[in-house]
Amino acid sequence: MSSQYVLNMEGISKEYYGNRVLNEVNLAVRPGEIHALMGENGAGKSTLMNVLFGMPVIHNTGGFTGSISVDGEPVTIENPQKAMELGIGMVHQEFMLIPGFTVTENIKIGREITTPGIASHIFGKSLERLDRESMRKDARKALDTIGLNIEEYVKVKGLPVGYMQFIEIAREIDKTGIKLLIFDEPTAVLTESEAERLLEAMRVIASQGIAIVFITHRLDEVISVTDHVTILRDGQFVKRLVTAETSAVEIAELMIGRRVEKLLDEADDHRTLSDDDVMLSLRDYFVDMPGEQVRGIDLDVRRGEIFGIGGLAGQGKLGVPNGIMGLHASTGSILLEGEPVEPEKLGDALKKGIGFVSEDRRGVGLLLEESIEDNIVFTAMQIKGLFLKSIGIGTLYDAKAGRAHTEDMVKQLDIRCTGTNQRAGALSGGNQQKVCLARALTLNPKLLIVSEPTRGIDIGAKKLVIELLASLNREEGMTVVVVSSELNELRSICDRIAIVSEGKIADILHPDDSDADYGLAMAGYKRGGDEVEG
Amino acid sequence: MRLKDRLSGFVKAVGLPRIIIFAFFLLVVFGAHYYGLGMPALFGSVLRRWGMFGVLVLAMVPAIQCGIGPNFGVSLGIVCGLLGSLIVIEFKIAEMLGAWGAITIAMLLSIVFAIFVGAGYGFLLNRVKGSEMTVSTYVGFSAIAFMNIWWVTLPFRSGEINWPIGGEGARNTISLASSFGEVLNTAGGFYAIGDDSTGMYVPTGLLLFFFAMCYVMYLFMKSKTGKAMSAAGSNPVFARASGINVDRMRIVGTAISTVLGAVGIITYAQAFGFLQMYNAALMMGFACVAAILIGGASTVQARISNVVIGTFLFQGILVIALPVANKLFVGTDLSDIMRIIISNGIIIYAITRSKGGAASEE
Repeated sequence: MSSQYVLNMEGISKEYYGNRVLNEVNLAVRPGEIHALMGENGAGKSTLMNVLFGMPVIHNTGGFTGSISVDGEPVTIENPQKAMELGIGMVHQEFMLIPGFTVTENIKIGREITTPGIASHIFGKSLERLDRESMRKDARKALDTIGLNIEEYVKVKGLPVGYMQFIEIAREIDKTGIKLLIFDEPTAVLTESEAERLLEAMRVIASQGIAIVFITHRLDEVISVTDHVTILRDGQFVKRLVTAETSAVEIAELMIGRRVEKLLDEADDHRTLSDDDVMLSLRDYFVDMPGEQVRGIDLDVRRGEIFGIGGLAGQGKLGVPNGIMGLHASTGSILLEGEPVEPEKLGDALKKGIGFVSEDRRGVGLLLEESIEDNIVFTAMQIKGLFLKSIGIGTLYDAKAGRAHTEDMVKQLDIRCTGTNQRAGALSGGNQQKVCLARALTLNPKLLIVSEPTRGIDIGAKKLVIELLASLNREEGMTVVVVSSELNELRSICDRIAIVSEGKIADILHPDDSDADYGLAMAGYKRGGDEVEG
Repeated sequence: MRLKDRLSGFVKAVGLPRIIIFAFFLLVVFGAHYYGLGMPALFGSVLRRWGMFGVLVLAMVPAIQCGIGPNFGVSLGIVCGLLGSLIVIEFKIAEMLGAWGAITIAMLLSIVFAIFVGAGYGFLLNRVKGSEMTVSTYVGFSAIAFMNIWWVTLPFRSGEINWPIGGEGARNTISLASSFGEVLNTAGGFYAIGDDSTGMYVPTGLLLFFFAMCYVMYLFMKSKTGKAMSAAGSNPVFARASGINVDRMRIVGTAISTVLGAVGIITYAQAFGFLQMYNAALMMGFACVAAILIGGASTVQARISNVVIGTFLFQGILVIALPVANKLFVGTDLSDIMRIIISNGIIIYAITRSKGGAASEE
């Protein structure tokens, strides 16, 4: 039985520990087409691909429901080997190449062409000799197909990043019987011209009848090379579109589109924000944070506002706060109320009045083995010398003051615990986050920077944390910067939202701006000619 | 069912290894009684060795807390202590200032040496993050070997230090009788049971000194620097995010550990009555590490209580088990073998579950 689809995934649902990450998702790919799979971080793209490849993480967590058919034949894919046998290949985002091997060896690894020799007659097939000439020819053919003009005998080590990507692809298309190739954000690490060549290679591959599923965030690429687009959002199947009949704006809208619930009432807003009264100012600001590079940002945060920084993972939004706090090397000027902050001096930002809640709660944010009390008072004690009492020859931790303050914080932030002596590691995610916030607030900061405030905490706690930030701003008049991947969250409380894309600010938007504007900004476009409003 | 829960809760709270070791301790105590060994003298001996080793074991606390792990290189502090003591003997400080003056000067001198040596050692350990335990073990060995050269070549002239015949270099064991031998032990010391070598002697001064050092360490851990040091050890990134220079805290911790090593060996030597030169201190680091681990510390978290309990159990077993073992297996020399098995066994145990120890403490 032949079918119009090389791959048809229907009604795929997947739960992780009761948390539904995929709900009735469909993906249908025709032979020889380039099919874009789009969605924000966490929309379920990776999970869908894990299902397709039968990754252990899927089967170890209770499997999935729904059906997969390849060439019209229903299949069960219980492991990645099976997927490979069915002719499904993957080009990884991180290169899986062996640097010390030649291009040929990397392409043919695991599928070497061999000829029998004396040793193999005695000891078996594993001692057959390599037929280097046929291997070289195969590799050459694969490289020529995608138009990569490098010698197949050079070592992979030292080749430019772009080349490595092409070698990965060559390895996949060299596999016999390949029908479907998955490209997982292949252009993310490439320069513009390299990306251009990659797209060209994709067209060539597709023209030979191999279907491609192209996972990317770049809208222009989708528009220029793909035939169809499947859009996921929050684990839901949104729509399957014909690329030629849609536009970047429509795709962006569909990716983001959801109702934003405003948490703050405009009527209660008695703040006066002024563009001249700047709390934090960044100029020509670069941060060298691995995976979250900031490449030149100019930004002003006004006193008393809630400022959001959003964008997709890996685009650099997390680099912004980590650079200010001195956790990663940065250049450029950082001014707090006009006074320079020197992040290379450890703790300088804290001393000057910036409180910080890290996105890495368990790694950076907490001393998991220590008590809630120790966690809350620690930074204030070290930076401001609070909670210390003199005993003549030196100062000691003032346990009484520390406990009183901690109990106060526990009450104020509603931290659910068995007591201030409970280990921070034993708390739930939401309560841990509150402990982190309590520590930052103990410093009594002028500016509070909260990075990924709701990552990894349940929905009820999310709302509490966001409301807490809002009330700090409205009631205490604290300037708050929220860095978050969850656009919805930013739009529910922020006055302005900067979208970071590829290390730069793509746009600064108002929470009421359209979904399309947000989608486009995430993909790196600035609204044409539109003025950024206050 | 409820009993079972409570039992497992108890086991979790105290820690299985400590229960086993304590049971073993009780077993050998009964064994000693069964074989009719002189119990008062044995217990006196346990108390003496408890105080003797206590400060050396205490040296592990700042090392573990600041993040370098169990300080196998405590021998660096030990050689500083030995050097300070030799200088005191060489210049006959005891004749001028008496035994108390002598031990004070010896400690002050060695503390000064140890601060410098410890800071340098900490600097080295900052360069080898992740493999501190291996490096510190070999630093400890090398320090002993290196000082062996100097013990022979340093120009000591005192007749108590030099070899009796030949007259060059320090001898293997140097008597402290004329300087500060047993000065802490006899201060306020008394026989709790009996009044001669079969009785139980309580070295009050020694124990008080040990407890005082523990208390000072406890206070330090409650200070701003102490808290910063612990944070740097348990989560370096967290500490950095709170504006703490992690490398400097590790150097502080290493230096304090080295200083305690120096003070510890002087405490040890005065109780023993002799300075033991050359290779005597070679394996001392291992005994200290084993003691604190038996006390319930892990390679990443240690408390003062771990020191007090661990030293008592470790030394107690050694003191009492050895005569029992010699009675049990007549004609063999099990004593040293047992010491090696217990100390190295517990180190292996602790290293294989380097995270678990901290969890079972809660």
